[in-house]
Formats: sequence, C-alpha cells, structure tokens
Amino acid sequence: MNLNKDQIQAWLDEVMDPEIPTISIVDLGIVTDIRIESSLDSTESVWVELTPTFSGCPALKIMEQLVKDKLSEKGIANIDVSTNFKTQWNTNMISEKGLAALKKHGLAPPPRFEGYLELDVLSDTPCPYCGSRNTEMKTPFGPTLCRSMHYCKNCLNAFEGFKPVG
Amino acid sequence: MEITERHIEGLKEMLYKMADDQLIIGHRNSEWTGLGPMLEEDIAFSSMAQDKVGQSLALYELLHELGESEPDIVAFTRNDNQFHNCQLVELPIGEYDFSLVRHFFFDHAEALRFEMLSNSIYEPLAMVARKYRGEIKYHTMHADTWLKQLANGNEESFTRIQHSINEVFPYALGIFEPGNYEQELMEVNMFAGEIALRDAWYEKTSSLLTGMGYTVPAMDAVEPIFGGRFGKHTAHLQPLLEEMSEVFRIDPAADW
Repeated sequence: MNLNKDQIQAWLDEVMDPEIPTISIVDLGIVTDIRIESSLDSTESVWVELTPTFSGCPALKIMEQLVKDKLSEKGIANIDVSTNFKTQWNTNMISEKGLAALKKHGLAPPPRFEGYLELDVLSDTPCPYCGSRNTEMKTPFGPTLCRSMHYCKNCLNAFEGFKPVG
Repeated sequence: MEITERHIEGLKEMLYKMADDQLIIGHRNSEWTGLGPMLEEDIAFSSMAQDKVGQSLALYELLHELGESEPDIVAFTRNDNQFHNCQLVELPIGEYDFSLVRHFFFDHAEALRFEMLSNSIYEPLAMVARKYRGEIKYHTMHADTWLKQLANGNEESFTRIQHSINEVFPYALGIFEPGNYEQELMEVNMFAGEIALRDAWYEKTSSLLTGMGYTVPAMDAVEPIFGGRFGKHTAHLQPLLEEMSEVFRIDPAADW
C-alpha cells in the first residue's frame, strides 16, 4: 500500500460520531494529527491523534475504537490511536459540512466566534426548524454534554443546540 | 530558574488537590441525579458532575505521568486522610440553596484557577487548563443565573441564598489553604499562588453577589476552615469514599 494523509483522512471521514450519526469525526474537528511510517518490509504504521470535545465525554473511548476498526478494515496492520489535549478543541473547528450535518440531525449549529466566547450568544440561537431567532434558551445543559436546550417562540418547537465552546 | 525536585513536589501537591476537588464535587453533584427540583436542574447537576469527574481523570493522568499510581487506584483506594480536597466539596448536598451557593463559590474559584494555569510553565497542565476554562464557563453561567433569579424571587428565596452564603463562606475560603510549596510554584511560574487566586476570586464573587443585592462577609472577619489540603476532613468524606469505591472494591479488574 502507498498511504498518504489524504487517504487516511478520507477513511476517517467515514467514521461517524456515535452520539450524532450525521457528522463525521473529521468534520467535528477532533482529528488533530495523522502520521504514517513505512518500515523496510513496507508494512505501514498509522498514528492518529484525537482531542476531546468535552473532557468528560463518554464517547471518547468509543471513537478511538471506531478509528481503529475503520483503519484495520482498510488493511492497516499497525494502528495507534491516542487522545490528548495538545490541541484544545473548540466549536470553530467544526467544518462547514459539519455544521450542516448538525442541523440535519435537528441540532442548532454553534455560532462562529472570534476571541473570547461570550455565552450570551446562546439566548438567540436560530431555530433549526424554522430559522427564527425569536427563541429562548431553557438550559445550557442537555441530554449530552455538548447540547443545550431551547424553545422557539415562532414555530413553538423545543429544540436542542450544539453548544459553542471556546 | 532550573526546575528541581521541590518544584515537582509542589506541582504534584497542586495536582492532587485539584483532582481530588473535582472528583469529590463531581460525586456530590451526581447525588442530585433524580432529585433535582425540576428536570432541567436535575440534568444540569448531572452534566456538571460528568464534567468534573472527566476533568479529574485528566488531572490524575498528569499525576500518573509524574510517577503516581494509575488513576483508578488513586481515586478508589485511598482513605479520607489521604485526600487533598478542601472540606467545602465534601459537605453533603443539603438543601438546593446550599448546593447552588457552593457551586457558585467553587466554580468561580476553578474558572480563575484554570485561567491562571493556562499560562503555567508546565505545558501539560497548561493545555488541560486551557481546555477546562472553556467548559467551566457553562458552570459559572448556571450558578450566576440561579443566584440572580433567586435574588429577585421572593423573600424566602433571597433569605435562603443569603443564609447559605454566610454558611458556605468560611469553607469557601478553605479552597485557598496555602500548600507547602507556594514559593516554589511561584518562582518558576508554574502557578501564581493560592493568595493571588483567593484575592481575584473574592473580587469577582463579591462584586457579582453585591450586584444581585446580597451581602458578602468581609474576608478578614471570617476564620477560614482549613485542613482539607493536608488530609484533615469532616466526618462526611469517608462514607462518600466508601460509596464511590463500592463497585471497585467488589471487582477491581471489572471491565466496562
């Protein structure tokens, strides 16, 4: 095999977040490093580094395993997956495609931000169903660590948001 | 300045107290699961519990890299006199006003500690602190929102919070009990020290609380409740540890 990073990245783009199955771990922005090494007998080793979205996220170990499973399914013999804090994840690291994927799952995507993130932005999160900003945040804590809960006063739907983190 | 053994000892002492604080307050927060006064609050304390316990793990891992035992061993096999958490975090959850006020004082201290440690010369800790300071914003936001709401509620809500402020305050000062290596940590820029943290915390929390209409005790009028950092605890900690480690003691090698 002649491996390159783009190929590995494309394969990892098939690995979906276990809690939000519309978004891949690549689009989520948690794949922070990929390294490939070929030995003399042309066996290839691949290192993948991930960074946690939330440090208490229970899906972390599952995601490490999903990465290992995917790469071994593609025929890579030596795989090392580790999670560390070298790059601190924030929601600006979610790709445009990723933001659309969150919306598809019914989650209001986190707003882009610059510099210090003020959590006031949560109060007028656009409704993922009707687009209205006439919404109210009910609580910054939801069914998973990365979600907040909101109510749309326009279409009268309760909805969840993917929390901005910075 | 060269980093010596004493600096590393100071670093470990600080990591232990931070990790133990996180683990114990995480456990206490989780005791609201199923008991919160409304569903959203049940979820809020449960989510914060999950954050805290997750954060304690990364801190125990830093200790493990510095030669201490595996995180599970450290978390589940020590007795109360080997824990370095402040007494504030081990107190029972009490009534909701007590838990909210503890949460307010503790999380503002943590938020400032993480902010200060984001610039620590010890990069593995600085990376973790930069991560946590983003997560904890949601905790302080939650505490601030509730204390403000209850200030504007009715006489009972205001009185209950004010009463808890007075009750919690001496314990909250115990967060900042100086360690054995304050000078060492400061001289190499690992940490700016407990006193600097305490002063920043008092400024922040007293300005928020007085803005809401509450009265905050003067710092020099209150005797801080110290001892936790050196293994001296209330009678509430050991039963908590026994409950927390029950499954581990039945089967230390259990696989999840």
